[in-house]
Amino acid sequence: MATRVLTGWGHTAPTSATVMRPRHADEINALLAQANGRGIVARGLGRSYGDAAQNAGGTVIDTTGLDAILDVDLTAGTVRAAGGLSLDTLMRVMIPRGWFVPVTPGTRYVTVGGAIAADIHGKNHHVDGSFASHVTEVVLATPCGTRVVRPDDDLFWATAGGMGLTGVIVEATIRLTPVETSLMRVDTERCADLDDVMQRMETGDAGYRYSVAWIDCLTGGRHLGRAVLTRGDHATVAELPTKRQRAPLAFDPRVRLAAPAIFPSGLVNQLTARAFNEVWYRKAPRRRAGEIQALSTFFHPLDGVGEWNRLYGARGFIQYQFAVPFTEGEVVRRTITRLSDAGIGSCLAVLKRFGPGDPGPLSFPIAGWTLALDLPVGRPDLAALLDQADEDVAAAGGRVYLAKDARLRPDLLRAMYPRLDEWRAVRDDLDPGRVLVSDLSRRLGLA
Amino acid sequence: MNDAFGAPQSVLILGGGSDIARALTRQLAARHTRTVVLAGRPGSASLEAAATEARSLGVDVRTTDFDAGDPDSHEQAIDKIWADAGDLDLVVFAFGVLGDQAACEEDPGAAADVATVDYTAAVTTGLAVAKRMRQQGHGAIVALSSVAGDRVRRANFVYGSAKAGMDGFFQGLTDALADTGVKVIVVRPGFVDTKMTAGMPPQPLATTPDAVAAAIVKALTGPSRTVWVPGALRPVFAVMRHLPRVVWRRLPT
Repeated sequence: MATRVLTGWGHTAPTSATVMRPRHADEINALLAQANGRGIVARGLGRSYGDAAQNAGGTVIDTTGLDAILDVDLTAGTVRAAGGLSLDTLMRVMIPRGWFVPVTPGTRYVTVGGAIAADIHGKNHHVDGSFASHVTEVVLATPCGTRVVRPDDDLFWATAGGMGLTGVIVEATIRLTPVETSLMRVDTERCADLDDVMQRMETGDAGYRYSVAWIDCLTGGRHLGRAVLTRGDHATVAELPTKRQRAPLAFDPRVRLAAPAIFPSGLVNQLTARAFNEVWYRKAPRRRAGEIQALSTFFHPLDGVGEWNRLYGARGFIQYQFAVPFTEGEVVRRTITRLSDAGIGSCLAVLKRFGPGDPGPLSFPIAGWTLALDLPVGRPDLAALLDQADEDVAAAGGRVYLAKDARLRPDLLRAMYPRLDEWRAVRDDLDPGRVLVSDLSRRLGLA
Repeated sequence: MNDAFGAPQSVLILGGGSDIARALTRQLAARHTRTVVLAGRPGSASLEAAATEARSLGVDVRTTDFDAGDPDSHEQAIDKIWADAGDLDLVVFAFGVLGDQAACEEDPGAAADVATVDYTAAVTTGLAVAKRMRQQGHGAIVALSSVAGDRVRRANFVYGSAKAGMDGFFQGLTDALADTGVKVIVVRPGFVDTKMTAGMPPQPLATTPDAVAAAIVKALTGPSRTVWVPGALRPVFAVMRHLPRVVWRRLPT
């Protein structure tokens, strides 16, 4: 037990909590029973950008001590895992056996529990949906005891995307995706502007299991929204060069270097972001088809640099991610224009098309476009600009992603998540005493 | 909660009727602040005016009696505010009196009143607030100090020495609360054109309540823990602090 100051991955809004790291699942029930008036929430690997996995003045359960792989069925391709298991470990164990995680975010360093609580999505959302769609059972420690929930239960879907506010995910059973190799077959295209990339995604995404576009938000005018579109699928053994066919499932990605905590705020600014974007765009081939890439290069390029979030310095950064229906693609353009006009740099702007959402009332993905932007904290006009963007997104029937949020105005939550009351009803039954609390739930009035 | 930009949702201003408090409330209401507790002298007209103005901006405003001159009442007063309002994300120490230097020199009792409000009350309320913020595990404290305390001048040394003590107290509190999720920001304005300074001759590098409020909002986002308003006062006072006494004493007031 220790009192620690915690932040999300964005290093903003620090608060202190008593952090407990149980080594046995039974301890979680005891902690829930003893929680003080300021409540309790689970935290995995701390990759939520905002304040979802912190609890000022209360208790935080660090789940990473509960990281066992409990049961594997290699024939059916299912795994039962403890909530604190990282997708990194899961991939290292399962990929060599021919099974890949059904959904991976841009980092392998998230836990199974976090993946469900945020109902994470990946580059394959338009084909495979989000993480919870591949979960068949969750063992959930709640204030009224342990519950085993399956997708036919409202509590299952309140938990998927429920940001940890329905309980602590102790175990989950996940359906994996069969793969022949640990490599990807990737097509890369440079797109001249936003219309170009959006049109190519609309017409071509269906032909790929994985698709994502990196957008340059700083080059305005005629080239506004120029992009590099990468799409691909798992390579088959036959597609590999002969040399690689000998060990097609080998998987051992390394962290090549770690960023020290010495970078000043302001290092990521309009100038450096522009330079980064120029290089990123120019280094991409105009068009290249069938390139064989390592899984980690395709899915987790930033995992090669440990603690890359330190590059943003002491003020930290936020990630602004929203989704809007396909009919409201203009919101993507307006948001990029708004930031480009203000000269606010984003090195990493990612555009993707979502398929239909799952039944979770607070699950983020809805059929439509999603744009994610990394933005350094520092520019005094940024907060108000994003407030305007929120209004725009809400008016378009869209929403921001709670796992990344650290700044949304609470009164917009209901407009963005119209099924909020359904979620609240399930939560009220389960946790009438409001034992499950996080900074996010306090800030947004979810608690 | 404070958001990623340090913008608070609930705010307590001790000395809520002051001009700086009103300017700050206006700027915070434009962001995400929805609850403001204004604490001040019972029945104070400026407190009521500040409350009316904040309400017109859509803020949920409460006013509460707070007598800076009665340190014995402070811990209880702070506890009551917390009990009524719940978590407070930002507490601003905006109370203070300038005092009449000449009168103070004649009447040590009057000087003691200035010292009580400007120093002792900052200590008693500061510690009570710090205790609450430690418990809630987060928050920001903004203390309105003054350059008058940076190097105390002949012209207002009763006020200046009390502010020097107050500034030192909050500097210490900044360190005491490091690694608790609570941050303390000491703001040192120069001459601010307010009702407290009404009738005084304007001074070089004078500033306004709006500028002080803007500096506070900016500081809530950043890592600075001591903020000068205007910023140019920082290098100016770096020099002033080291002027020979005979020169310092003769500077025009």
